Amino acid sequence: MVIYGVALLAICTLVGAFVGDLLGIVLGVESNVGGVGVGMLLLVLIVDALKKRGKLELKSQEGLNFWSSMYIPIVVAMSAQQNVVAAVKGGPLALIAGAGVVAVSFLLVPILSKIGQKQRSTEQVTPEYREEPVR
Amino acid sequence: MIDTLVSVFKNNGLVLSFALIGVIMYVSYFLSAKLTRGRIHGSAIAIILGLFVAYLGGLNTGGEKGLADIGIFAGIGIMGGGMLRDFAIVSTAFGASFDEIKKAGVGGVISLFLGVIVSFVFGVVIALAFGYTDAVSLTTIGAGTVTYIVGPVTGSAIGASSEVMALSIAAGLVKSVFTMTFTPFIAKYIGLNNPQSALVFGGLLGTTSGVAGGLAATDPKLVPYGALTATFYTGLGCLIVPSLFFIVMKAFFA
Repeated sequence: MVIYGVALLAICTLVGAFVGDLLGIVLGVESNVGGVGVGMLLLVLIVDALKKRGKLELKSQEGLNFWSSMYIPIVVAMSAQQNVVAAVKGGPLALIAGAGVVAVSFLLVPILSKIGQKQRSTEQVTPEYREEPVR
Repeated sequence: MIDTLVSVFKNNGLVLSFALIGVIMYVSYFLSAKLTRGRIHGSAIAIILGLFVAYLGGLNTGGEKGLADIGIFAGIGIMGGGMLRDFAIVSTAFGASFDEIKKAGVGGVISLFLGVIVSFVFGVVIALAFGYTDAVSLTTIGAGTVTYIVGPVTGSAIGASSEVMALSIAAGLVKSVFTMTFTPFIAKYIGLNNPQSALVFGGLLGTTSGVAGGLAATDPKLVPYGALTATFYTGLGCLIVPSLFFIVMKAFFA
């Protein structure tokens, strides 16, 4: 059933949020420490385990797929409720940070490619192409 | 008549926001295809439009929550609020698997970590240059430079102001659009013409729409390699930026 997938997602999100809050308390930083990341990690592990046992039926996957395809629309809604008027005053910051980081990353590509090349010559792999939700 | 319509909208805030965001998405993908021939991805245009209507909302109400401050659009606040946002972000991990990351090899994994670290540090340096000095704002802007998702996820986890969150989204958005636009022009200068460099490229830039769009315009055969590493980038960012990086930042900036 579709709700099984949605429920699985909900449980992973909640456990992640809980772990994140606990970590925040333990570390004394009064914030949620990496809760979303923990939730994602959990979901990958559980989905992987379920799929290997053939326990994740197509209907359940639909529940997960629906929410991951709602991701960009939700991000658009999130953008629509930010304090953009105040942020515009700091506008050049976003432009310089965003453009600069692209330039720096471009420069690093040839340097890091060399590291991989030595190792890659021993094993050649081809990832299959699959349709991804863009983000 | 108008009163009835307004009350229908007010009573169905979340449903109205689905309709509204649907229209924004449609317009964005239309503009992407017609105006930019797909060069700039529809999702990026949609986020730009989202920020734009937030700007209009802010001008109108003088409030801090963009469009959500206007009574009938309060549902936007639910759809784009922290709860559904985190829920949807976690769901994107569906489809990723650790068997995949093994295919990326050592070079791919190094580029992934280095990509997050370099982006974060760069964002923090720029934020410092613009006069931000508190750990929360610096971390949030640094996180936005990682991707426009890691920014707000981090910001709301550590309690940043909406203004700083908007800045972090904007920084990530600029990164994404610049990656889409400039990758095909710069590709030959950085040796971006083989699977290995595409893997590294995906790990360093990390913005999935930017990487996929940029590589597609360069050489469609490279897209799956870049997407392979980029898929893990936002997740890695959500994991280590609000935790490890924030704690390090707190040690340096009070």
